[in-house]
Amino acid sequence: MPTFFEKKQLVTPGEMLAEGDYLPGENTYVEANKIYASRIGLVDSDNKKVNVVALRAFYMPKMGDIVIGTVIEVGFNGWTVNIKAPYTAMLRASDVLSRPFKPQNDELSQVLTAGDLIVAKIATFDRAHDPQLTVGEPGLGKITRGQILHVTPTKIPRIIGRKGSMISMIKQETNCQIILGLNGVILVTGKTLEEEELAISVIRKIEEESHTSGLTDRITQLLKEKKVVKVEENVNE
Amino acid sequence: MNEKPEKLIDKKGIRLDGRKADELRPVKLQVGVLSHADGSAYIEHGKNKILAAAFGPREVHPKHLMQPDRMVLKVRYHMAPFSVQERKSPAPSRREVELSKVIKESLEPALFLELYPRTGVDVFVEVLQADGGTRCAAITAAALAIADSGVPMRDLVVGCAAGKIDDTVVLDLYDAEDKLGAADVPVAYMPSLNAITLLQMDGILQPAEFEKAVNMAVEGCKKIYEMQKEALKTKYMVVKEVEE
Repeated sequence: MPTFFEKKQLVTPGEMLAEGDYLPGENTYVEANKIYASRIGLVDSDNKKVNVVALRAFYMPKMGDIVIGTVIEVGFNGWTVNIKAPYTAMLRASDVLSRPFKPQNDELSQVLTAGDLIVAKIATFDRAHDPQLTVGEPGLGKITRGQILHVTPTKIPRIIGRKGSMISMIKQETNCQIILGLNGVILVTGKTLEEEELAISVIRKIEEESHTSGLTDRITQLLKEKKVVKVEENVNE
Repeated sequence: MNEKPEKLIDKKGIRLDGRKADELRPVKLQVGVLSHADGSAYIEHGKNKILAAAFGPREVHPKHLMQPDRMVLKVRYHMAPFSVQERKSPAPSRREVELSKVIKESLEPALFLELYPRTGVDVFVEVLQADGGTRCAAITAAALAIADSGVPMRDLVVGCAAGKIDDTVVLDLYDAEDKLGAADVPVAYMPSLNAITLLQMDGILQPAEFEKAVNMAVEGCKKIYEMQKEALKTKYMVVKEVEE
């Protein structure tokens, strides 16, 4: 039952990774009792499970995911939302209005209109139906301020860090509110523009260096340095 | 060029362009050449120059092509007006429509179509310069473009042809050999899975010659496959180095 890779080796689709008593993890598939990679990425094994961390992928909706989307159309009883996935999502009017929705009384474009950004949760999604969104929970709904940035969806777990260590550190050090959409869209809201810019530059750095070790330490250091500079600037003023 | 040479291959087994019978033309591959495409690739196979761009998975347009149970792959093979000696009309010709279908069907077995119902992947193949064997080179480039776009694949698909000129079975025919030779056998192949996804024959071959041609083409595919993997890794290796 051999494996045919070294840890963190770069593999291409079709490369054989293991044979026999192993489990196929993310971005792999089984054919004739052999495990092959299905995307370009870095291999890793965890016990008997062989995973490929994809370097290029797209977002596939999953029930319960928090995503950030753009309203693209106002319909008769809801909105169509682009969530950067192969499918466009629907947000129903009755979900947004807390009372029963009547087309005679309510003008939907006054609530949300094309171009508006929303934070939403995927309520339902299956093979036969496009994803349905919901905003009926605290923290969800229309975005009124802050900055948006896009990253590859596969890098979101790295930005979150182990048990949220990375993201909570960035939030604390920059005083920014950060919402990570699992579809690769990130909302950063801070009190000042400088704080937002700092948080964005840190996230960009994580995205670029996501597969190196000791990243958390370097990010901590970067945040400290920037902070010192800022304090000095304030003193000079 | 217009005069038919007496022999396409001489007594020493050297062809008109100086290659041996089982020698490939030089192949150069590059991944990620177009920034507006989700995935892209460029191939120079001898004098062939071909660009491929992949988009998706995304909503299918026109809507009636959408399949409720699987993803659809759409391929457009197109030759630029300046890709051949005499100007080619830019309108899709019978040959291009056929090649689009052939390329599509040779790539489909590599994709997990059933995993992404109601979506579509679009592949655009643009032949900038043609010199025989464009369908094979196009398949090689298109597979790389799809892999670069992040769509999961069973394996990369490689195209390579073999054929018969005079009385010899040779690998990778170029334009003159294709036109003046006796037969041409294009093959598309998934090396890791040892699966042939395209097999055509134009001309007449003895069963033994046919078998030899297929085996020769498969060997050619394996050589190009190594270059294909290398090209794909090179793009992402650069990304990795920046990180370190």
